[in-house]
Amino acid sequence: MPRIVVDEHTCEGLGMCEAMAVDYFEVQPEGLVKVLEERPEPDHVEEVRAAVESCPVMALKLVDA
Amino acid sequence: MPERLVVVGASLAGLRAVETARRRGFTGEVVLVGAEHRAPYDRPPLSKAVLSAHGPLEPRTLRTDLSLRAELGVDLRLGTPATGLDTGARMVRLGDEEMRYDALVIATGAAARPLPGAEGITGVHTVRTAMDAAAVRRALDAGARTVVVGAGFIGSEVASAARTRGLPVTLVEAAEVPLTRAVGAEAGAVLVDLHRAAGTDLRLGTGVAGVEAVRGPDGTDRVAGVRLTDGTAVPADLVVVGIGAAPATGWLRDSGLELHPRDGGVVCDATLWAGAPGVHAAGDLAHWPNPLFARHDEDLMRLEHWTSAAEQGALAAVHALGLAEPRPLASVPYFWSDWYGRRVQLVGVAAADEVLRADPGTERPLLLYRRGDRLVGALSVDRPAEIMKYRRLVASRAPWADALALAGAGTPEPVGAGPAGS
Repeated sequence: MPRIVVDEHTCEGLGMCEAMAVDYFEVQPEGLVKVLEERPEPDHVEEVRAAVESCPVMALKLVDA
Repeated sequence: MPERLVVVGASLAGLRAVETARRRGFTGEVVLVGAEHRAPYDRPPLSKAVLSAHGPLEPRTLRTDLSLRAELGVDLRLGTPATGLDTGARMVRLGDEEMRYDALVIATGAAARPLPGAEGITGVHTVRTAMDAAAVRRALDAGARTVVVGAGFIGSEVASAARTRGLPVTLVEAAEVPLTRAVGAEAGAVLVDLHRAAGTDLRLGTGVAGVEAVRGPDGTDRVAGVRLTDGTAVPADLVVVGIGAAPATGWLRDSGLELHPRDGGVVCDATLWAGAPGVHAAGDLAHWPNPLFARHDEDLMRLEHWTSAAEQGALAAVHALGLAEPRPLASVPYFWSDWYGRRVQLVGVAAADEVLRADPGTERPLLLYRRGDRLVGALSVDRPAEIMKYRRLVASRAPWADALALAGAGTPEPVGAGPAGS
């Protein structure tokens, strides 16, 4: 089951991930994203993958682990 | 099934087009054509991190040549500007070569408008390409006295980069209030305060009368200063021109495609189809009726945002290849800009019946844009956790009351009507 990984040094809190998968990502007031649920449900994997790929600074990954 | 997809333009929109074609299972030929001699790279940092004293010298490569060729099986043609299109013969002209396509994605983007009369003067730059940004970076590293022409987003970011280094910066803007088309007059006025607070010398309602140059021993003209329309002269070692960009569609002039009378962008339908068989457009040059905001059939939108280029590139490829039933692109515009360490974000559109300042008395502006009974846009400064919540309201055509509730704003006084009709 894939897992969401955030590179906190790269994240700028731009929020595209939150826009695309609101149940999994939420930008915090200090400007970093918080992952709400690390392991997407099987039928949410495509939505989360799209959110991961929409990151303008490539701070997100979906890894198999 | 088409056999060959040709994507013209090797920046973000074009890259997303080829990536999406492969991910969605297209096994035919994919050709990616780019005018610049480098693999697709990230442009937002060109006016941000790349100009800062401690930032990277080069923007990040989005995908390397090797990855494009080996992993995606793309026939990559860099340093190859397209020169013409024959939609009848389904042929793209690349200089002396003609290349047939079954499906075509046009994604040649936009080019920075030059400052008239400043051609060929060393030290005068636009910021559009990695080469442009590298030249501006070198000048800032050398401590240039900087004049920025145009207080739009690029110009404001450049002014911010120079000022953050402690360099003297003059920001010249022809309009009395900058950015009115992009964010409306109210937000434009709010953003002006960020420049003033940072000590940038802002000259509103002022144009450039001429650029002064001195001839060096090597015969080249080097910038010495800028003469303004109010009669003053500002000495400068670096002049950065940020007066907008125009769709790079010169190569389409004789193609028969409909180009927008105002700026030459490609006129598309709601699915990004450009009006000729197999031809779609994406990114900075595409005009399309966005169903979320269009008030009538001719109400076209053209965006120069990172997020729209990515989204449109992917959708244009899917539609061009017939990989899914065509669907209209309903999209909430979103962009961000970094000024003096502050983050400016806009979601939606600024053409509104009312603009409401929803943060009375705070240092972090929040403006909401109402059209009819609906929230159509929101602009914030340093509210990264909030802005996407407004985006969701805009996307769902949420009533204005929902936006007020989210802002905790009750019913404060509006600050004025939005930009009319644009």
